[in-house]
Amino acid sequence: MTAHAQDPYRIGRGGGADSTTGRGEGGPASKRTTVGYGFWIYLLSDIILFSGFFAAYAVLARQTAGGPSSHDLFGQERVAIETAALLLSSFTCGLAGVAAEKRKLVPALAWLLATGVLGAVFLGLELIEFAEMIGMGAGPQRSAFLSAFFGLVGLHGLHIAVGLLWLGTMMAQLWVKGFRPQVLRRLMCFTLFWHALDIVWVGIFTMVYLMGVAP
Amino acid sequence: MLGKLSWSAIPFSQPIPLIAAGGVGLALFAVLGWITVKGHWPYLWKEWITSADHKRIGVMYVLLGLVMLLRGFVDAIMMRTQQASAIGHAQGYLPPEHYDQIFSAHGTIMIFFGAMPVIIGLMNFVVPLQLGVRDVAFPTLNSTSFWLTAAGALLVNMSLVIGEFARTGWLPYAPLSETTYSPGVGVDYYVWAIQISGVGTLMSGINLVTTILKLRAPGMGYLRMPMFCWTALGANMLIVAAFPILTATLAMLTLDRYLGFHFFTNEAGGNMMMFVNLIWAWGHPEVYILILPAFGIFSEIFSTFSSKPLFGYRSMVAATLFIVVVSFTVWLHHFFTMGAGGDVNAAFGIATSIIAVGTGVKIYNWLFTMVGGRLRFPTPMLWSLAFMMTFVIGGMTGVLLAVPPADFMLHNSMFLVAHFHNVINSGVVFGAFAGITYWFPKAFGFRLDEYWGKMAFCLTLAGFLIVFGALYVLGLEGMTRRLQHIDFTEWAPWLYVSVAGIGVMILGVASQIVQIVVSIRNREALRDETGDPWDGRSLEWATSSPPPAFNFAVLPKVHGEEPYWTIKRQAIESQGLADEPPYEAIEMPRNSATGVVTAFFATLIGFSMIWMIWWLAALGFVGAYATFVVFAWRDEEEKEIPAEEVARIDRARRAARSKWLEENREQPA
Amino acid sequence: MARQGTRLLPLLLLLGGCSGASILRPGGPIGANNRAILLDSLAIMLAIVVPTMFATLVFVWWFRAGNGKARYRPDFVYSGRIELIVWSIPLLTILFLSGLIWIGSHALDPARPLAEKTPPLEVQVVSLDWKWLFVYPAQGIATLNGAVVPAGVPIRFRLTSASVMNSFFVPRLGSQIYTMNGMATTLHLRADQPGSYYGQSAHFSGDGFSDMNFRLQAVPVAEFTRWVSRVKAAGGLLDAPAYRVLARQSQHEPPKHWGAVQPGLFDMVVAQHLPPAPGPEQGRDDQPQISPGTAE
Repeated sequence: MTAHAQDPYRIGRGGGADSTTGRGEGGPASKRTTVGYGFWIYLLSDIILFSGFFAAYAVLARQTAGGPSSHDLFGQERVAIETAALLLSSFTCGLAGVAAEKRKLVPALAWLLATGVLGAVFLGLELIEFAEMIGMGAGPQRSAFLSAFFGLVGLHGLHIAVGLLWLGTMMAQLWVKGFRPQVLRRLMCFTLFWHALDIVWVGIFTMVYLMGVAP
Repeated sequence: MLGKLSWSAIPFSQPIPLIAAGGVGLALFAVLGWITVKGHWPYLWKEWITSADHKRIGVMYVLLGLVMLLRGFVDAIMMRTQQASAIGHAQGYLPPEHYDQIFSAHGTIMIFFGAMPVIIGLMNFVVPLQLGVRDVAFPTLNSTSFWLTAAGALLVNMSLVIGEFARTGWLPYAPLSETTYSPGVGVDYYVWAIQISGVGTLMSGINLVTTILKLRAPGMGYLRMPMFCWTALGANMLIVAAFPILTATLAMLTLDRYLGFHFFTNEAGGNMMMFVNLIWAWGHPEVYILILPAFGIFSEIFSTFSSKPLFGYRSMVAATLFIVVVSFTVWLHHFFTMGAGGDVNAAFGIATSIIAVGTGVKIYNWLFTMVGGRLRFPTPMLWSLAFMMTFVIGGMTGVLLAVPPADFMLHNSMFLVAHFHNVINSGVVFGAFAGITYWFPKAFGFRLDEYWGKMAFCLTLAGFLIVFGALYVLGLEGMTRRLQHIDFTEWAPWLYVSVAGIGVMILGVASQIVQIVVSIRNREALRDETGDPWDGRSLEWATSSPPPAFNFAVLPKVHGEEPYWTIKRQAIESQGLADEPPYEAIEMPRNSATGVVTAFFATLIGFSMIWMIWWLAALGFVGAYATFVVFAWRDEEEKEIPAEEVARIDRARRAARSKWLEENREQPA
Repeated sequence: MARQGTRLLPLLLLLGGCSGASILRPGGPIGANNRAILLDSLAIMLAIVVPTMFATLVFVWWFRAGNGKARYRPDFVYSGRIELIVWSIPLLTILFLSGLIWIGSHALDPARPLAEKTPPLEVQVVSLDWKWLFVYPAQGIATLNGAVVPAGVPIRFRLTSASVMNSFFVPRLGSQIYTMNGMATTLHLRADQPGSYYGQSAHFSGDGFSDMNFRLQAVPVAEFTRWVSRVKAAGGLLDAPAYRVLARQSQHEPPKHWGAVQPGLFDMVVAQHLPPAPGPEQGRDDQPQISPGTAE
């Protein structure tokens, strides 16, 4: 009997557990795993940040203080285009990831550029909507409902804007430095980030725009 | 050009903050001057300020925390003496607008900039060593986290002389904190200081969760991690889950204050009850963020000084995770008196008392850890025992407050103040002191002086019991908290008792300082040659004191719950160390100024947002972005420590160990 | 359990003295019931806390390294039986306590009327910066920073705030409750004996907070009626304009009263027909006085 076999912790686990990395028993994980894992945890915390604003919106949605309500404000067409642009950008972002896996610089950059353009379209449409609302006296200062709306949708827009800045910087880096391991890791994180923003948008779309105009 | 900032922001008519700030400023300049004259800047810059080494960052965290604990303690002295000198018609020496800042700053500083940095610092220092790895998952991020926390602390201290601090209490309840009722910059200081340091805390939480889950020595499965790592994991998971709620809440308050939103205002349908709910949805888990690592520290100490493994290890793990989950379901007990109705109050009251089950299990397991042990009583063990004796009282009064009808009378009273100081002091602060004394030799290579340590322990404990004993009584006497002057003279005797108690505590704090000075002067006599001064059981004691930059020349292989104890037993039984391993070159993260530069720009952003100097804030954002780009563009992330260097350092450690084995040959195991 | 609680009482009274605001000397049924629950819970917990503390001291003494008689058992690290006990002791205690919490929370819910035949007297309370306004809707009078109620008659308080949150608390009568702008909370109390009861705000509300205390005088019913007519005779009208003036921030306000009140004043405050109080003048953008020293 070796010390290994006597160890009660091993019972029922089979002998070769040490070589598997799943439970971290094979020693520290690779840099790529660690970075991806850490970024996932960041995304979870970001979702909680959003859930704070979702909760505020749910609480305040009917507090219109005599001002316009969601029925008066939200049209479907622009939001549909916004949603389409964002969902499509997620797709092109995925294609960029595939191109990067194959180390094809020009396609990767092209798909990233497409992602950025679609993101910018989304952001532009959102800003136009904001400007129109403020112009017709339905700004965030009008009522608690509008505060919650601008807070929630604005937070998402801010994320998109930061994402675009990140994307641009990363494209420049990719252009100058090529496919380095750290750039590839960042690209992986960006993809995760962008998809997460998509998921949040689906939540916003449902809760604000669909449920807001439901009778 | 300078927004709201003008000369009138500096309280020339107020001698107390000016003198205090003058004193602090002079001391700071003296220290900086001394560093400059002695030419220590290059060393400080290279080895500390830009260091990505988790041990160095951990030490800096603890140091920051201790300095801020001292600042918070001064606030506490002012609060106790003010109340005792303002009874009946007397008004004391602090007018309300100043006193209100003092108690707000006291709470804010003690929780965010005192307790949190000390606890995070200890986790930073100890966790990678206990896991048997070389650093945390993201070393540069770690440095950034620390410097952002320091930036927040700096902003809070700036409010002492430039403008004012919040006059709303440590949690800025709306609508008092809205511009209508708090038009000054106090709440803005609070918000920006907490947001900036909160980002640091969140990143630190992400970093440590990733470290614990993904970086462990070969063979260290989850159920082989030391208890401190488990509780650190619990606390950091809570950070990741709870701090975004704080960020969201304060962001909403910021939007209300800066852009006229109506999240929590009285007007236009804002809902102040939402603020109270959100802030406590963060606030209650925050309590466990602080206390869980302290529980871990006590677990390590009880086991080490009982010369026994921890009793009921798996039960302890279960209790920890139980507390993590349940801590999110109890927030409403902070406001039973809002009138939510019997069902809601009862549900949260019961949930709150259920969380005491987890803590109760832990207390009993520590108790049984000592059963059958050989107990030694150096200072860390004394702090831990004092914790056990006093924490059960704090826990008991906590459950009393969880009973809604009792809370209807005790809410916001001095009894409540006594309760949460009872748990935070005897839990977190005693835990921090225990942990600092316990791991100090690991960090610096020499032990702390035992005589002065025990002196500090006795005085602090005595002062603590007197102060908060008196406050418990005052609460039962119906006294509410945060009174600047006391019209009801019958409370006077107990207020005087609490002042006497804080006098004893001052002596305790002085003894701590003396302890550090004496220990540094006697460091040769107190030197720890072996790296294992307490006959420890977990991996941090396997390396030398202080550990080399890479912690372990070769990552240890873990075959049980107490890996280092096993290694030590084998060495003693075979009367020799294991064979020398083949040494290889080690890649370590390079230093980076990213953290400190980011924090500089963050301070700039915070300060200019507080004073509404928009162009400066924009400049700060551009600077921060440029810093990230520079960091992202760097070509070499790591430096290599050659194999010969590793071998040289590790051979020295092995020589010290062999010598120790030689000297202790006669002693039976 | 209640008997155990009462046995603890002398000890606590000794510790606490008996000040005129002590929650351990209740002056009415709510305070008495709150205290009973407090002491019962304390007794339940002391039943496990005291033995635990005692066991800690004994074990620490016995297993000290110098004691040759104590057996060293380094392998005593797990025992299923002990684990079972360790989990069940706190669990059973909490189960027991949960029953108390459930019953107590419902029986003593502040909004629950006292079960008695006497119809309650309604008193409306508004917390202002930084004073307490009491409105007697049935009597049509109002008082500031002091109130008179009939002893032995249940009082139905309806409470709101003109500005920030406060908590209305008369320690010897029992439960406290928050006052919040734009909504009303309800609290039922009763003073059994005539006397002067100390009341205060139990939630920090700004610079004048320390002065937000008052005396609640409980008097015999006949005396209360006489007091009402005296106040009515003294005159003074509290209407919306007067309320707006009153809502401005002020400190150290002496007690006063009004012989007439605009009907529905309280509800106008709750419904925000009377807007929230304006807060301080200092420190606004046009008046850059920011430091505390200049705030007078």
